[in-house]
Amino acid sequence: MYIYDHYDHEILRQRVAQFRDQTQRYLAGELADAEFLPLRLQNGLYIQRLAPMLRINVPYGMLNTQQLRRLARIARDYDKGYCHVSTRQNIQYNWPNLEQVPDILAELAEVEMHGTQSSGNCIRNITSDQFAGTAPDEVVDPRPYCEIIRQWSSFHPEFAFLPRKFKIAISGSQMDRAAIQVHDIGLQLVTNDAGDIGFKVLVGGGLGRTPVIGSVIRDYLPEAHILTYLEAILRVYNLHGRRDNKYKARIKILVRAMGPETFAQAVEEEWQHLKGAQSTLRSEDIERAKSYFTEPDYQTLNDAQAQAGVDALAGEHLAFSKWLQRNVRAHRVPGYAAVTLSLKPTGIAPGDVTDSQLERIADLAERFSFGEVRTTHEQNMVLADVRKDELFELWQAAREAGFATPNIGTLTDIICCPGGDFCSLANAKSIPIAEAIQRQFSDLDYVYDLGDLDLNISGCMNACGHHHVGHIGVLGVDKKGEEFYQVMLGGNASNDASLAKVLGPAFEAEQMPEVVQNLVNVYLENRTDEELFIDTYNRIGIVPFKERVYAKAG
Amino acid sequence: MPKLVKDGAIIEDTWQRLDKPAGDAADVAVPEGQVIVPLSVWLAQRNALQARRDIGVWIDSDENALELGEDAKTLPLVAVHFPGFMDGRAFSSARLLRERLGFEGELRAVGAFIRDQLCYLSRCGVNAFRFDDETTDLEQAKNSLKDFTEFYQAGVDQPVPLFRRRA
Ligand code: SF4
Repeated sequence: MYIYDHYDHEILRQRVAQFRDQTQRYLAGELADAEFLPLRLQNGLYIQRLAPMLRINVPYGMLNTQQLRRLARIARDYDKGYCHVSTRQNIQYNWPNLEQVPDILAELAEVEMHGTQSSGNCIRNITSDQFAGTAPDEVVDPRPYCEIIRQWSSFHPEFAFLPRKFKIAISGSQMDRAAIQVHDIGLQLVTNDAGDIGFKVLVGGGLGRTPVIGSVIRDYLPEAHILTYLEAILRVYNLHGRRDNKYKARIKILVRAMGPETFAQAVEEEWQHLKGAQSTLRSEDIERAKSYFTEPDYQTLNDAQAQAGVDALAGEHLAFSKWLQRNVRAHRVPGYAAVTLSLKPTGIAPGDVTDSQLERIADLAERFSFGEVRTTHEQNMVLADVRKDELFELWQAAREAGFATPNIGTLTDIICCPGGDFCSLANAKSIPIAEAIQRQFSDLDYVYDLGDLDLNISGCMNACGHHHVGHIGVLGVDKKGEEFYQVMLGGNASNDASLAKVLGPAFEAEQMPEVVQNLVNVYLENRTDEELFIDTYNRIGIVPFKERVYAKAG
Repeated sequence: MPKLVKDGAIIEDTWQRLDKPAGDAADVAVPEGQVIVPLSVWLAQRNALQARRDIGVWIDSDENALELGEDAKTLPLVAVHFPGFMDGRAFSSARLLRERLGFEGELRAVGAFIRDQLCYLSRCGVNAFRFDDETTDLEQAKNSLKDFTEFYQAGVDQPVPLFRRRA
């Protein structure tokens, strides 16, 4: 994991001091609301429906136990004893006091954390694969590049007042777990025929009001040039992106207006002036970044033997075997596995976690996974380096702590934004809908039998709950002051990314569990042995689902 | 006389800035003395104005700084304008002026920018700050230039990014 040196600490210390001064000026009436707004946003602070919300970056999802414990302490001392894992791998506090935010940021700075650029019209936290460094299908570990880009983008003087927010995601594996096709810039690490590392560059993807799959503007960019090339993209966007209408200000609109080829050309021209500048990465710069992401102290283990032990226990304990199936993933190192801790038990807002739970997770990480944890954009947490021969023990401990719901990737592992309970932009509540659906599907065996099924809920068009890329997507809409829910089907955030299609007229909140049940029934009646929900949908199309849902719900 | 911050000091602003013309830029009468003219006026009257040493040019946020071309090397002053402080195009325009066109004179921010943008603006090559808001406390504003003293990326002030300077 990256470790700050005195430069990083000094820069962050100066940032906290700057924001403390800005907050004091605001509270003293010397800084107008409109002027304080972007300054606080760029430190993570929103003013929400009920209270401020503070968003803390978790750079590409990596946390150590010291950071987890500090997050827990802050939840206890400054908030109501819990926080929330967001759909961009970040941590959100819902109840801080504005006056105390500089103190919170100072406490975070001590453990190398911050809210810098977690909101506002700037380059946001870089997101990546929660299984980076451990996944068997990984081509190149994305984390050193994430860190290089994190540093480049942090406090970037030219790009702090962009037309709109800007999100970059990086994937280094064959299976895209970072949803790079729906980011402003998506970077896919690749190797060329000579084995040299580079990036496939996508731009202009995004969800929100106008969902778009990104366009490839370069198939192979040698790794050395990544920063100058990003600078070229951002400069073209900063100068030419629309500023007259905030709904048309994202880079996807510019790319579409210019056409991806013309946009690519403009970037190429700009880049010709920047290429080769001092921001070009030398091999020692990349090596230095890589030196922070070396392997933990893996033991040489006999995989077959460890697996046999796991299998034997699975034979005796059905619940354990289901957990293995859903929450445990293969690891590239023999004898190890990656474990997802579910933050989605029924009745808890998806992604919410209490102070004492954070501390329990820190304990588990220390005991089982080299003291590191990752957050996921599905709003769970991952222990990425667990010995197989300790899985049973971990399962027992996780179950006791409430993290072992065997629902990862299933219908009840709902991705859900904070919605109308917290967010001032919401059209409708989302958390109660998630809970009602979880209750409808409380039979774990039933859910388990359904297999992979992504259900994503957003409280408004901003799509923080990624509803366009859910197999089932739910969007809160407002009709004359009443909350309704639009349902869509067929979205997918992975390699063969696709955007969901609207099923038909929106539903009332009370109808939602039944609607989802009907969709599931259509799947169950039509599926072949091997088919997941999305496969059946792709084969039979939207009509049978539509007929059933509106026949019954209508 | 109004004041501005230049090279870290508070001085009197001896320049007059002309508004954009409603009519033809070629017809604008440019007065005597130190005058900052709109880009359109400069482009329309370039031959006549070039003879003077007391003409600066200001570039609005929707104008292309690169249109100054080689002229940038001879001008004593270029200003980048903020119609609103959230319009961040001036940051890129400033860098283009310094890094692409080799402009070495006074690079001035004008318009609705705020004090909290000074540090980043100076990293983009701006060395003079003339606030539209004349109530701005310039002594305090000056302090914002030092909000940060170390930076990750290359800038006009420091073309070597931190990763190349780290021991
Ligand atoms: S999707 Fe809308 S309601 Fe949900 S968190 Fe985002 S802005 Fe708020």
